[in-house]
Amino acid sequence: MSIQVRDITKTFGAFTALRDVTLEVPPGDLLALLGPSGSGKTTLLRIISGLEVPDSGQVLVHGEDVTDQPLRDRRVGFVFQHYALFRHMTVFENVAFGLRVRPRAERPSKAEIRERVMRLLQLVQLEQLTHRYPSQLSGGQRQRVALARALAVEPKILLLDEPFGALDAKVRKELRTWLRRLHDEIHVTSVFVTHDQEEALEVADRVVIMNEGRIEQVGSPEEVYHHPKTPFVYNFLGNVNLFHSRVENGKAYLGNTLIEVPKTGIHDSREAKVFIRPHLLNIERSQNGRTAFGARILHLNPAGPMVKVELETEWGDNILVELSQDRYRTLGLRKEEYVYVSPKEFQVYAEDYSI
Amino acid sequence: MAVKKHTVLPGFGLALGCTVLYLSLLVLIPIAGLLLRATSLSWMEFWEVVTSDRVLASFRISFLASLAAAGLNGVLGLVVAWVLVRYSFPLKGLVDGLVDLPFALPTAVAGISLTNLYSNSGWIGSRLEPLGIQVAYTPLGIVVALTFIGLPFVVRTLQPVLEDLDPEVEEAAASLGANRFQALRRVVIPSILPALLTGVALAFARAFGEYGSVVFISGNLPMRTEIAPLLIMTKLEQYDYAGATAIAVVMLLVSFSVLLFINLLTWWVRRGAARA
Amino acid sequence: MAGATTLSVHSRRRAKPRVITEPAWLRRTLILIALAFLGLFLVLPLVAVFSQALEKGIGVYFAAIREPDALAAIRLTLLIAAIAVPLNVAFGLAAAWAIAKFSFPGKNLLITLIDLPFSVSPVISGLIFVLLFGLQGWLGPFLREHDIKIIFALPGMVLATLFVTFPFVARELIPLMQEQGSEEEEAALVLGSSGLQTFWRVTLPNIKWGLLYGVILCNARAMGEFGAVSVVSGHIRGRTNTMPLHVEILYNEYNFAAAFAVASLLALLALATLALKKIAEGRVHGELAGDTDSTAA
Repeated sequence: MSIQVRDITKTFGAFTALRDVTLEVPPGDLLALLGPSGSGKTTLLRIISGLEVPDSGQVLVHGEDVTDQPLRDRRVGFVFQHYALFRHMTVFENVAFGLRVRPRAERPSKAEIRERVMRLLQLVQLEQLTHRYPSQLSGGQRQRVALARALAVEPKILLLDEPFGALDAKVRKELRTWLRRLHDEIHVTSVFVTHDQEEALEVADRVVIMNEGRIEQVGSPEEVYHHPKTPFVYNFLGNVNLFHSRVENGKAYLGNTLIEVPKTGIHDSREAKVFIRPHLLNIERSQNGRTAFGARILHLNPAGPMVKVELETEWGDNILVELSQDRYRTLGLRKEEYVYVSPKEFQVYAEDYSI
Repeated sequence: MAVKKHTVLPGFGLALGCTVLYLSLLVLIPIAGLLLRATSLSWMEFWEVVTSDRVLASFRISFLASLAAAGLNGVLGLVVAWVLVRYSFPLKGLVDGLVDLPFALPTAVAGISLTNLYSNSGWIGSRLEPLGIQVAYTPLGIVVALTFIGLPFVVRTLQPVLEDLDPEVEEAAASLGANRFQALRRVVIPSILPALLTGVALAFARAFGEYGSVVFISGNLPMRTEIAPLLIMTKLEQYDYAGATAIAVVMLLVSFSVLLFINLLTWWVRRGAARA
Repeated sequence: MAGATTLSVHSRRRAKPRVITEPAWLRRTLILIALAFLGLFLVLPLVAVFSQALEKGIGVYFAAIREPDALAAIRLTLLIAAIAVPLNVAFGLAAAWAIAKFSFPGKNLLITLIDLPFSVSPVISGLIFVLLFGLQGWLGPFLREHDIKIIFALPGMVLATLFVTFPFVARELIPLMQEQGSEEEEAALVLGSSGLQTFWRVTLPNIKWGLLYGVILCNARAMGEFGAVSVVSGHIRGRTNTMPLHVEILYNEYNFAAAFAVASLLALLALATLALKKIAEGRVHGELAGDTDSTAA
């Protein structure tokens, strides 16, 4: 079922958590809300769930306005950041809870509850641990109990707050792939919050990048990574070199080097920002008529898949370049050497107006 | 994300409403009634009551005995707390549990038991009498009773603080060449001082208002062993409501001052913690 | 003022062997001082109660307890506790729910007010009700006209007991519920449970030991309160005498054996309280430790 969020604003005292946020999640999508802490992503998730009440705006699920619907009628699945498992109940009782608290008329029979809970525990691969208490489980197991518990009520939508936030790196990766597969299997419209860009890009169908209570960009992982709409998004997704520049006659200055700004739309400006990802910068031994600027190598780190090179540009900025191991060997770079750096791809933002 | 309000949880109005109503009926209105009653006295009348010789004497004995008992508890309570936290010895769990006895034992029971022990025929009194020390029916007896009822306060306030004390700090002091005594005096004592003072203040406040355990052992001699709460009782029995109220107001003022002192201490400690 | 009663609950014991400590002679001396102090001030009075109670033989002991006035006092004490404790449990739950789960202006003031009875002398706790409901009190004439007796009767004694015991449950629950947070309640609500279901199935099971702890302390004080009840009781034998008041009367009549016999029952209550308290204390730690937040991954 689809989710629509319309013009949501939410303040906590003097702090504005969300300003006029509008968002649409198509049915069956797995959507990531990505942003730094304080960007409003968790508040947005809690408002969609009904745990938080917006100051203004509407939430629609499957076209129906649920903004004023009481929590118990909404049928949302919510997985809490710290799982919020009922500590005095076993795994089985935790998962069965949502079914047992239903009004008598709607409550499934005991046998049905048992069957449904066991099926869910199989789905999350915890059928061996039904009688354990939450304190006897590992973090990853708790996470899966929380998920099974949320799914037990057959939610219309599934919401997850930093689902992997409290786990260590290895378990985190495993659960990530697992969640992706699970979603492909059950196909319920899902939204999860994360501050980890890698996680968002890897798991989600679509990514919403939030900053200071606003949505910066919505798009597929590929779109937002390769075509960031705003400086914030560019900066937030991956390492990036920032150059303070100015634009004159359709050309941007990198120090004294002029680079051609492609396409139209960018007008002359005294204050422009040029973003270039480290792997989109090339290092050359000579200028050779290319668009390149001079720089001195400060530090080399060849450990890892890419070689990281720190340089100081001729105008004194520090930049980072990532080279393939092959290229590094071909060039035979050494510390303190003077080389030329040429951009392969870049993005120019001038006066809040981007191309 | 740090900002979180639990707006969806139900029952706030009902819970708060019940709390405030209950509190008002049981505490606020009765105490306001007491203060209002005091205003029906003129300032002169009030002053006359609270500065009469017998009342002043009762304040003095209440104050001094409470102070002595709180001081004694400060010293010995520190030793007890220290021993319970730092050392191990047989039956420690039992001893630890027993510290709360004064909270659990009705004061009247403590009162008659202590009186029995310290009277001239009692187990302790009969041994002290040849030495010329009289405890029961003297101010000393009051101090004994007040020490008993104030005992848990210092111990229980100090225990968690001592437990949380990072042993590394003492180890650091030792590694820097401080001997054990210096480490205790310069490192341990300063960090537990606020808790110690709080415990002593709590013990004092409790002792100052105490009635049940004292009336038996004190002998209740006007001017000599008559404590202020007892005098309120006496005035009430004589239907001298105005007199009783006046003494009660002064006692409340003392209690609230101690409460304020404790809150300031807590605030001071928190501020210190925040700064660190 | 019973701040200290609750403080110890939330500290987690840690027993680490220490390399740096005091010399053995000093350790032994300190332990000896502590034990002597506690022995003299705690154990001896406790032992004295039982030994005095049984001094004249077991027959006298049971006679003193079975005597009609004593039985009446026991009944009245139980009755007062049976009224005061449930009321204060209800109040404590309401107060803790409001304070621990919501934020609102004036919260700190409310907490201070809840603690207030601890800093008021028991005698004053009784006096305030005499001033309200006594013959010369604010409502005295009205009450006399309608023939309602509060002072020197059960209602007054219940009121005084309520006053001195009402902080116990609330004080115990507030920090516990604050530390547990509200996520489990939110989870229950999202899963479709009603407010009442959430309270019964999620909140209450999580705080049951803390609640029991508060009830134990509240009950001990309710049954043992002397000063406040003494002021409002009027000491009518067989009618408005609770056990502690009965002890006083017997003692003042120099009927020591009987006084200590009744006192020994109260001392047993105290010992049972301490034992239960110790058990509940351990379980409260469990309630906190079961916290899913504390042990991630």
